[in-house]
Amino acid sequence: MEATSHIVFIVTAYAAAGAVVGGLTAWVMLDYRLQLGKLADLEKRGITRRSAPAAALPAERAKGKT
Amino acid sequence: MAAIDLANPTRFLKFANRTIPWLGGVTVVVFAFAINQAIVAPDDYQQGATVKIMFLHVPGAWLGMLGWGLMTLAALGTLVWRHPLADVAAKAVAPIGAAFTLMCLVTGSLWGRPMWGTYWVWDARLTSVLILFLLYLGVIALWRTVEDPSRAARAVAILTLVGAIDLPIIKFSVDWWNTLHQAASVFRLGAPTIDSSILFPLLLMTVAFTLLFATLLIAAMRNEILRRRVRTLRLLQASAAS
Repeated sequence: MEATSHIVFIVTAYAAAGAVVGGLTAWVMLDYRLQLGKLADLEKRGITRRSAPAAALPAERAKGKT
Repeated sequence: MAAIDLANPTRFLKFANRTIPWLGGVTVVVFAFAINQAIVAPDDYQQGATVKIMFLHVPGAWLGMLGWGLMTLAALGTLVWRHPLADVAAKAVAPIGAAFTLMCLVTGSLWGRPMWGTYWVWDARLTSVLILFLLYLGVIALWRTVEDPSRAARAVAILTLVGAIDLPIIKFSVDWWNTLHQAASVFRLGAPTIDSSILFPLLLMTVAFTLLFATLLIAAMRNEILRRRVRTLRLLQASAAS
């Protein structure tokens, strides 16, 4: 009875936490792709760091996935 | 690799690329186990099923405060050693700490309504946590306002050190003032006052959220290093063109 009357608060709390955590994770992942894309674009135009060895670049970029 | 080696941004990128996949995997596994334990945990004899909100609320509070604690250490790194990776860490932590503080406030409010009869009350604990959230927003705004990252870092470091005063206020507010919020029941002198059947899933959820925090922090620091490289290359491009 008590659990039923409070279920809406429990479900809302878990949904809110899921939204916060999911949003944060998605933002971090999308930001990573965005920065890799920008670096790849600059590299295509011949603008690179003098001291940038391939091993220092993110794994995906070094494999040419961007 | 010694910890001091990670203070080099390039070495940190290598470390992040190696660490994020397995740390993320461990986080998912621990979360799956922790959520299962949270679901099967018994109801509290007074609070009933709403005690399950505690499994979100307490980790949110802990990580909100941990975030500002890390920012405080990074602020010292910025002001004393002027280390660029300290700036990167401080900037990366801010939105993550803000998100967990928001989670603490929202879940606490949803827990308060059935238990206290109100979503919000201006008592010392709730107000000091709200101030922490507003401080996070202030720091994020400051990072966005000042264009030069090293200048922004110094301004943010000073605000962070001033804001650190809020951490002991949050922790001891329930002892110093009469609050509707309960006193400490896990991190206190003496044994926790929570029964082990509820304490175990709470600690598991706290470990799971802390692993998530660590994974997101390393990933956000990697993003920030890349963002700074993009900025440097664009400045080089602009100076070459002029």
